[in-house]
Amino acid sequence: MKVQFTDVSMRFGAMEVLQHVTIGVEEGEFLCIVGPSGCGKSTLLNIAGGFLAPAAGSVTIDGEPVTAPDRRRIFVFQERGVFPWLTVEGNIGFGLFDMPEEARRQRVAQYIQLVGLDGFEKAYPRELSGGMKQRVEVARALAVNPDVLFLDEPFGALDSITRLQMRSELLRIWRAERKTVLFVTHDIDESVQLADRVVVMSARPGRIRRVVDIDIAHPRDLSSKRYIELRDLIFGEIGLAHQV
Amino acid sequence: MRPSLIPGPIVVGRAIGELAVRGLLVKYVVASLFRVTWGYLAALVIAIPFGLTLGMMSLGEMAINPILQVLRPISPLAWIPIAILWFGVGDVSAIFLIFLASFLPLTVATMNAVHNIDPVHLAAARNFGVPLRARVADVLLPAILPQLIVAMRIALGVAWLVVVAAEMIAVNSGLGFLIVDARNAGDRYDLVIAGMVLIGVIGVVLDLLMRRLERLDSVRWGYATE
Ligand SMILES: Nc1ncnc2c1ncn2[C@@H]1O[C@H](COP(=O)(O)OP(=O)(O)OP(=O)(O)O)[C@@H](O)[C@H]1O
Ligand SMILES: [Mg+2]
Repeated sequence: MKVQFTDVSMRFGAMEVLQHVTIGVEEGEFLCIVGPSGCGKSTLLNIAGGFLAPAAGSVTIDGEPVTAPDRRRIFVFQERGVFPWLTVEGNIGFGLFDMPEEARRQRVAQYIQLVGLDGFEKAYPRELSGGMKQRVEVARALAVNPDVLFLDEPFGALDSITRLQMRSELLRIWRAERKTVLFVTHDIDESVQLADRVVVMSARPGRIRRVVDIDIAHPRDLSSKRYIELRDLIFGEIGLAHQV
Repeated sequence: MRPSLIPGPIVVGRAIGELAVRGLLVKYVVASLFRVTWGYLAALVIAIPFGLTLGMMSLGEMAINPILQVLRPISPLAWIPIAILWFGVGDVSAIFLIFLASFLPLTVATMNAVHNIDPVHLAAARNFGVPLRARVADVLLPAILPQLIVAMRIALGVAWLVVVAAEMIAVNSGLGFLIVDARNAGDRYDLVIAGMVLIGVIGVVLDLLMRRLERLDSVRWGYATE
């Protein structure tokens, strides 16, 4: 297992947030975590990222316990994680401080191209749209060549069209780079479109209710019978009748 | 009040001309700017690292902050006797007063700006494992810079206010000295007003120069109207 959560529990003061979370994530897997708001998804991701220590249990990556943030696994926040005082170039090169100048320039150019921001090298984040800022952040994360990416509702602030585009771009990049991805979302459709497996959590205190295998090959047909079946299964599991 | 005694623009203009001819205009302006520059730069160099450190260490802040808060409402002019006691009558005293006047607001502003840094940016810097030097230079400083520039402008304004007062007691050159000296040496109110006009104009110029910093590309994100 690349990332192994073993009996992870977490509390803030008297409030229990996570209870006995045990799950393994395979190398190169795309795992989505869904669940009601406040159930501890971000907390779980922050524990895996080394930003929080669990109250009980442990997280290991490649068999080593996680104790602090590490540049081999990068956390992608919503678009506000980009540094507004740096240009696109500066942001993407931020983690490459120990690289020789020339290699660094090439690496930055490579990732600017990967996320389709050619021509915006010298632009500041305030000159970019939300989707472009999110691309900058993804590129900044990928540029240091991490083996795990943690994404916490990365597309949550984007409009639905940009969101769809960003999803297919993320899949394209994930296929090209084969990172292990842990992706938190509260958008069930998003999880079925992206994930190899979807972890469905209960309301707080968050426990794993069910792990759903998404056995549909990419590119996924969003009107296929299987897609709708799996989506409804997860809706049902969260306790939402799929009606408005 | 006898308004007729206040010299009009023409008389004041002539007084400024007289100062220029006697070589005092440049000499006094330079003397005042010299004191402000040193006091203010010393304050910047010490207050920014000090404020950063306090802002990042909550324990240090708990210890020092009450002292800063008590010192802040004390006018820098109240320090004049102590300045003279420590540094004698002269430039060093004046520079010390300017230093004090700008040091406190700069320290407090830097500390508060550190508190306002978006935690997401600090987390990102930690995640990428950048070394301390780069964390300060590429994250902490640029993150506080927009707020810091505003504080620097205000502090420079205060420094300029204080230089005039400091020169009235502690030195024998500069625009503040010009004003007391003109009155003492024969009620030359035209020179008094000339001194005031020069102080006002230079103050505006200094403020305009500081304002230009707010237009730097790397700080414009920090100001609301975009
Ligand atoms: N640092 C903290 N201190 C105290 N309580 C916290 C802290 N972080 C999170 N919590 C609480 O823990 C609970 C779980 O928070 P978390 O952010 O993990 O939820 P989430 O599943 O990500 O929710 P959402 O879908 O709304 O983002 C919430 O009730 C939250 O208020
Ligand atoms: Mg969350």
